[in-house]
Amino acid sequence: MHIVVCMKQVPDSAQIRVHPVTNTIMRQGVPTIINPYDLFAIEEAMRWRDRFGGEVTVLTMGPPMAEESLRKALTFGVDRAVLLTDRYFAGSDTLATSFALAAALRKISQEFGEPLMVFTGKQTIDGDTAQVGPGIAKRLGLHQLTYVSRIAEIDPAGRRITVERRAEGGVQVLSTRLPALITILEGVNEIRRGTLDDAYRAARAKIVTWSAADAGIADFSKCGLRGSPTIVKKVFAPAPRSEKAYQIPAGELSMEAIAEKTMQEIFKRQPAIETDLMRFSAGQ
Amino acid sequence: MTEAPKQAQTPQSRAGTKKELPEHFKAYKHVWVFIESEHGAVHPVSYELLGEGRKLADKRGVELAAVVLGCDKDANAAAAAASFEFGADVVYIVTDPALSHYRNEAFTKAMTDLVNAYKPEILLLGATTLGRDLAGSVATTLLTGLTADCTELAIDDEGSLAATRPTFGGSLLCTILTLNYRPQMATVRPRVLPMPQRQEGRRGRIVECSLNLAEDDIVTKVVRFIADRESNKAQLAYADIVVAGGLGLRSAENFQLVKSLAEVLGAEYGGSRPLVQKGWITSDRQIGQTGKTIRPKLYIAAGISGAIQHRVGVEGADLIVAINTDPNAPIFDFAHVGIVADAIQLLPALTEAFRKHLSVNRLAG
Amino acid sequence: MIEERFDAIVVGAGPSGNAAAYTMAKEGLKVLQLERGEYPGSKNVQGAILYANALEKLIPDFRDDAPLERHIIEQRLWTMDDTSYIGMHYRSEDFNEERPNRYTIIRAQFDKWFSRKVRDAGAVLLCETTVKELLRDARGKVIGVKTDRDGGMVFADVVILGEGVNGIVGQRSGLRPELKPESVALAVKEMHFLPREVIESRFNLKGNEGTVIEAMGTITAGMTGTGFLYTNQESISVGIGCLVSDFAESGMTPYGLLEAFKNHPSIRPLLANSECKEYAAHLIPEGGYNAIPEIYGDGWIVVGDAGQFVNAVHREGSNLAMTTGRIAGETVVWLKRRREELSKANLAEYKRRLDETFVIKDLKKYKKIPEFLHRNKQVFGLYPKLLSAAAQTWFRVDGADKLSKEKEILKSFRKGRTLPGLIGDAVKLARAWR
Ligand SMILES: Cc1cc2nc3c(=O)[nH]c(=O)nc-3n(C[C@H](O)[C@H](O)[C@H](O)COP(=O)(O)OP(=O)(O)OC[C@H]3O[C@@H](n4cnc5c(N)ncnc54)[C@H](O)[C@@H]3O)c2cc1C
Ligand SMILES: Cc1cc2nc3c(=O)[nH]c(=O)nc-3n(C[C@H](O)[C@H](O)[C@H](O)COP(=O)(O)OP(=O)(O)OC[C@H]3O[C@@H](n4cnc5c(N)ncnc54)[C@H](O)[C@@H]3O)c2cc1C
Ligand SMILES: Nc1ncnc2c1ncn2[C@@H]1O[C@H](COP(=O)(O)O)[C@@H](O)[C@H]1O
Repeated sequence: MHIVVCMKQVPDSAQIRVHPVTNTIMRQGVPTIINPYDLFAIEEAMRWRDRFGGEVTVLTMGPPMAEESLRKALTFGVDRAVLLTDRYFAGSDTLATSFALAAALRKISQEFGEPLMVFTGKQTIDGDTAQVGPGIAKRLGLHQLTYVSRIAEIDPAGRRITVERRAEGGVQVLSTRLPALITILEGVNEIRRGTLDDAYRAARAKIVTWSAADAGIADFSKCGLRGSPTIVKKVFAPAPRSEKAYQIPAGELSMEAIAEKTMQEIFKRQPAIETDLMRFSAGQ
Repeated sequence: MTEAPKQAQTPQSRAGTKKELPEHFKAYKHVWVFIESEHGAVHPVSYELLGEGRKLADKRGVELAAVVLGCDKDANAAAAAASFEFGADVVYIVTDPALSHYRNEAFTKAMTDLVNAYKPEILLLGATTLGRDLAGSVATTLLTGLTADCTELAIDDEGSLAATRPTFGGSLLCTILTLNYRPQMATVRPRVLPMPQRQEGRRGRIVECSLNLAEDDIVTKVVRFIADRESNKAQLAYADIVVAGGLGLRSAENFQLVKSLAEVLGAEYGGSRPLVQKGWITSDRQIGQTGKTIRPKLYIAAGISGAIQHRVGVEGADLIVAINTDPNAPIFDFAHVGIVADAIQLLPALTEAFRKHLSVNRLAG
Repeated sequence: MIEERFDAIVVGAGPSGNAAAYTMAKEGLKVLQLERGEYPGSKNVQGAILYANALEKLIPDFRDDAPLERHIIEQRLWTMDDTSYIGMHYRSEDFNEERPNRYTIIRAQFDKWFSRKVRDAGAVLLCETTVKELLRDARGKVIGVKTDRDGGMVFADVVILGEGVNGIVGQRSGLRPELKPESVALAVKEMHFLPREVIESRFNLKGNEGTVIEAMGTITAGMTGTGFLYTNQESISVGIGCLVSDFAESGMTPYGLLEAFKNHPSIRPLLANSECKEYAAHLIPEGGYNAIPEIYGDGWIVVGDAGQFVNAVHREGSNLAMTTGRIAGETVVWLKRRREELSKANLAEYKRRLDETFVIKDLKKYKKIPEFLHRNKQVFGLYPKLLSAAAQTWFRVDGADKLSKEKEILKSFRKGRTLPGLIGDAVKLARAWR
């Protein structure tokens, strides 16, 4: 069973700094990580491989330095890493991204065998749109299963899959035909730590690296900036709220006194709350 | 969007790259809102979107239309009626058994057919699991731009949709345009926009359309739907009062203090992301950028530092009360009322204070 | 277990480990490097000073692509009391030379770059892999290491320990004693981010010029230690460190000390409206020559901080680390070439070669300094006060004639520390320095 996992290298947003003056990102020293949501997809893929045998390929579109993240994925124990990198991809939005990834996926099926499933994470922490997955599915005509919290069963021979999908207010149990594109929900598993051999293999592994042309892309106008209908007009830091919080003078007061003051302050600012509470407690 | 930051340095140059709207798109007019209704009930986010859509339509001097997809005639009619009362001028209805449960194939087909037939310039959907699933496929099918999880929608001077959204886990905001493609698509998360006033008895035009897709052509089948058990179903997003705890509570046991206060207040409880990671609370109770956005009348945050990713999820609250031992905790920058105190001691005291107050008044009146 | 056998295993991807691995790999040896951190430098305190010379000996053209922040054109040495500092500044246009001598760097980035060079030279690096213990044969010769990963054993002819100051491997394996609190300093450091332009105007710099401030005095509250401040391109590294034993005695917290230092009237303006990110604490071995443990044995060599190779007086460490790493690498290459076994007797060559370098010579020279500073705390409390008082008396124009001013100053010194005391200190310091 061949499973391809699309993963992205992202800046660790916990460490993003905004230039106090120009409001642009100070990239200096901001470490990059594998998009945390993608780790669940990678682990899920490896579990099904371990069960049915086969291979897991990870695919990233990004700058050459994204190789680091792919190598890291190899240390977890995936079998192959493909880096799709080309200056033509610079400035891709989700539409252009799914275009490029779809092309790479076609190439992957030719070179390394057709994937029965393509996994993505729920979303990235930089783009954070959850669109690339559906985009890929649409472009490759794969059946789309998003927000999958559990893969109930896979029948490789019969090419069918049944999953549990997180929907509003409940879980949808869906059954469809393979090949399918599945976006894996966070928290469904925990990424494993590779063995020393995995680490050693990863350190020396050759990362398959393709340019746009290598991936069989002929029409560059569909890539990167030119292929992106959306345009980022400006990036800015959230405006800080003008006045700071009013501090309840705690000082020497007892907890009870502070609590009382707090409650009164709440009722003073939101009288509605007191009346609502009355109704609620009366109703009990 | 994925490359937003790279553009940050030279935004103009990029925006400058495209300007004139191609001829074939000039015909695209009007603002559309997708009405999300599953199991007979319309998701409130759809009404929030109608409220915002109304403003955009007026600014553009065009009509506001709602799109209702479903299998049940009456339910659709009801959704349509509601849509009018929340500001729609027109409602497009597709009624078909294939639309009984949400399935990407059927809904994408219905939606794209409608867009191609009636050509809206703006299409808004709720950033729910359903909305995000649908929006992604629709945008890719139509090969147009889609801006997800917007926190603010506006019409800029050139008359195009300026969609502002957080990026980098909330550390930054970016404003995104879809200059020369149509429709301009955006999703907005529940509770980010205020609920508009309902105008009883407001009516409008209904356009019935059909789905050109037979059930047999749809590969994906819904085996069953397991509704969340009321008990563990967090109504966070729409709760009037929310009490939340953070790592400052130090242990799962102490988190009980949050639940107790919530109980007395008839409130929902939630927490910061680390608590989900530690397994103190379930992920449907996470508040913030990657969790729920809330807009309660009262939000009480105990032992939460107020990181930007948390902040963006709660800023819509009418009154934010923060309990934190650190007077410099960032949460005091956006809370309205702050108490520098040990939450582990204050929470029980607060619970007691409310309990007393309520019982006393109950006896009184 | 990794089937392949290596010529050398290097523990740690800091300056010393990298220098050793690079030297050996470049000469075609089969080298495996193991690093605990997520990536080289991830476990390291950020901003630091890089001494070009030691790196040039390894990578002559490092300036072409190394992530350097600013080259230092100005050095400020401050003696501070609570309200003032009296300083010696040296700034020279000559430091704007083609191949500058000292740079500020950001360790996480620099170590990453260095590590890339090491890998390009042919060494294999495994990160997030912690060495747990050394593997020995029947005769007690070190033949490999055991890591914390599943199937975690791997073998080599020699293991080079560049595991840093409190590397547990060497200690566990009884190669060296536990650290003594009086021979390690605990240093804390912060990075304060500011726009480039602001930094340049505050420190009167242009382009990539940089300034370093090193300070001693009441800022360490009578403990043996120093404070420092370096300018990077878009940030300022500020930190302070004191002997662990002193912290233990005084009961003061490193962080409290740093707060006080940052709020000193002479420092605060330099950091104004900066955004603080990254707070790091790290140990610095300061025992000097006398604290150097066994640095080689049957199948193993110790390099860098792990061998206490730090010149506390001049705040040099990474250069000693790189040099010891390089020499260790060269020694192994030399022995391999001559088909010699990597036995204790043969590895003595490493020590022999080190003795010829500035590393051992300097550490010998300052042999007595740590002891002296440890025993003569007046250097950090009393003298700064006296100096500052003297300076004030001297510069204040208040009608008093200069002669009586001189007298007053001398008096204050005698009062503060009797004449014999003064002379004694001078003599002791001179001795220690010699
Ligand atoms: C991409 C991304 C997405 C994220 N999304 C979210 C999200 O959706 N929601 C979210 O919440 N976080 C999110 N985070 C994490 C966020 O950055 C913070 O790490 C997190 O919110 C911190 O949680 P906390 O305030 O509970 O813990 P801490 O930051 O550790 O804060 C604990 C606070 O408790 C205070 N305290 C300690 N003891 C007490 C006491 N006894 N009484 C009172 N106060 C006390 C401390 O002063 C401190 O301020 C995200 C991060 C990233 C990178
Ligand atoms: C606050 C501070 C400021 C300093 N400023 C300067 C300065 O300005 N200039 C200067 O020259 N020096 C400075 N130094 C000293 C300098 O940092 C050290 O001398 C130098 O880093 C020593 O290099 P090293 O390779 O021996 O050890 P390290 O740089 O500490 O590297 C050791 C590496 O080994 C890894 N490791 C440890 N144990 C294991 C294990 N069991 N398995 C696998 N990996 C392991 C660690 O993760 C680490 O990456 C400073 C030190 C401090 C603390
Ligand atoms: N550049 C990329 N390369 C590979 N996979 C990606 C890329 N961008 C997004 N993805 C995948 O698509 C998912 C959703 O991304 P996003 O639409 O940006 O939220 C991610 O979790 C990844 O699995």
